Amino acid sequence: MKSEITPFMKPYEEELKSFSFDISKKELGYKDGDIINIGKYCTDRICRMGKGDKLALIWEGFSGEEKRYTFNDMRQLTNSIAKFLRDDLGIKPGERVCMFLDKVPELYFGFLGVLKMGAIVQPLFSAFGPESLLTRLQDATTTAIFTQKKHLPKVRNILKDVPSLKHIIVVDDDGSKPLKENEVAFNMDKVERVDSFDIFPSTAETPSVLHYTSGTTGKPKGAQHVHYSIISQYITAKYVLDIHDEDIYWCTADPGWVTGTSYGIIGAWSNAATQCVLDAGFKAETWYKFIEKNKITIWYSAPTAIRALMKEGTEVVKKFDLSSLRHLASVGEPLNAEAVLWSQEAFGMMFHDTFWQTETGCIVVSNYPGMKIKPGSMGKPFPGIEVTVVDLKTSVPIEKKGVVGMIAIKPGWPSMIRTYWNNETTYKSKFQNGWYLCGDRASIDEDGYFWFVGRDDDVINTGGHLVGPFEIESALLEHPAVAESAAIGKPDPINMEVVKAFITLKPGFEQSKMLELEIMNFVRKKLSALAMPQEIEFVDSLPKTRSGKIMRRVLKAKEWGEEIGDTSTLENDM
Amino acid sequence: MAEQLKDVILEYVRNEYLEDGDDREVNYDTPLISGGIVDSFSMVSLKVFLETKYNIQIPDAKATPEAFDSVNNIVTLLKEFGVE
Repeated sequence: MKSEITPFMKPYEEELKSFSFDISKKELGYKDGDIINIGKYCTDRICRMGKGDKLALIWEGFSGEEKRYTFNDMRQLTNSIAKFLRDDLGIKPGERVCMFLDKVPELYFGFLGVLKMGAIVQPLFSAFGPESLLTRLQDATTTAIFTQKKHLPKVRNILKDVPSLKHIIVVDDDGSKPLKENEVAFNMDKVERVDSFDIFPSTAETPSVLHYTSGTTGKPKGAQHVHYSIISQYITAKYVLDIHDEDIYWCTADPGWVTGTSYGIIGAWSNAATQCVLDAGFKAETWYKFIEKNKITIWYSAPTAIRALMKEGTEVVKKFDLSSLRHLASVGEPLNAEAVLWSQEAFGMMFHDTFWQTETGCIVVSNYPGMKIKPGSMGKPFPGIEVTVVDLKTSVPIEKKGVVGMIAIKPGWPSMIRTYWNNETTYKSKFQNGWYLCGDRASIDEDGYFWFVGRDDDVINTGGHLVGPFEIESALLEHPAVAESAAIGKPDPINMEVVKAFITLKPGFEQSKMLELEIMNFVRKKLSALAMPQEIEFVDSLPKTRSGKIMRRVLKAKEWGEEIGDTSTLENDM
Repeated sequence: MAEQLKDVILEYVRNEYLEDGDDREVNYDTPLISGGIVDSFSMVSLKVFLETKYNIQIPDAKATPEAFDSVNNIVTLLKEFGVE
């Protein structure tokens, strides 16, 4: 870490001995039983600390447009949003309010505004197609949705199938086209600012955020978090990302995903960080220019982006003054050793890989400021959180070093999800033998460093985002030409994995490049670009068990050049 | 011919990557990838369209975000494969 600033976290072994989450509670001024509201902690509390005039958000859009907001601006605007929802629309505490927006200020402030009035905020990736949106809104029986003009057609498209959805709030309506029934304009920068708002008296276990995450089987599940999660998010942001008062922080993640909320909103602002948000497509020069212009000191990004930057090379880095950078961290998928070493060459410091997931709500295994990095390793467990690897069959902790098992966490850390929405059964299945099972496999070396091996299921991790094969296959089956389908992750040098689909065609259809393109676009528009198969292979048949279940692992093993394993249950020889 | 080629590509981008209510102006110079109109995952479908339409094979090394970042850039790329 290139820094003159002493890290907040003590040397790891020392921190391990003394840490408890009581430290976080004390710093936040929270005692068990108190009212705790994430929106209040990220805005009002910071203003009461005398930092109302400090910049909270520096935002830049596609066209270079910039907006800046102080913590007091944010306090007032989140109040305005909260009041609008509660008093104008009649939204009740506990109802679900979806944020279906690009990375615009309304997304960030709307997230906190929803929490301030006691509703449950449901951030969704704005690139989701109508079918992906429908599944998640139906499951959550969402009451209201914030969106933009450009995404309005998608929302209108599915409205009749979501009877719970009563309010569509358009944040950038300019009056050029009439809004329809149930649609209302809300212009945050023109609305009357509310200085005082009775924040909902949420307590530790009051539901806060609903993040949808994909699994191997079935539809995406709503991981439900509570306001108490801030106890984890505050201190992990402080210790792992080392956010000091003078830092300028950039988390590149979209708040449609958990990184963008846990560390792009809650962790950042509970630590009173000035944070930057760039709402623009990826281009190396644009990103470096953004760092240079804003003198960003802490950068939290994803391996996919880092590998894409690596592909551009170090010559382009030299065109910019990135000397402000002092600490780098990565999230979403394992950061390969090559990328870690490249970052040392390119930026004079290494990216610190961090491991966690939607269900953990906060970083659980990480590389820490000041701790030796082993390039390619996930790092070590966060103090106060017990993490190990357990036997894949028995869920008993594996004592022997270097043996691969399932990453498992002792339940009870503050930001652990409390349930999957409407799916308690699946939630309970995540706990075996007293451990929460992450679904990822790893080993632990002699020094206590964790080494990622892979998912234990068929979920595809593409660009750091989990995509469920079932959702993709279901969408494929809706195409008139498709008889059967299987979706797997195929290795990719930038994204780690990309979706590959195997398809058998119905009679009367013939394979062709045109049909491949048609099917790709079909899935992209229904679900998202992430879920779009980057490659389609037309086959005569798919490997199945005798009971007719498609064996994705056989297809994946062939694609990855691995041993196929036990084929005794296969219907046909491959 | 170059104008026709540009128009074919521009029309495809508008039809496939802009949603119905999206009234952003897209012209031959509009940044497509860096402007967020075609994200990096969707770029593959644009590549497949060009390969299928013009019966060419674009190597992955050539299919960069820069090469695809505007209609004009794409036309420049296609010239390397004899498409005018």
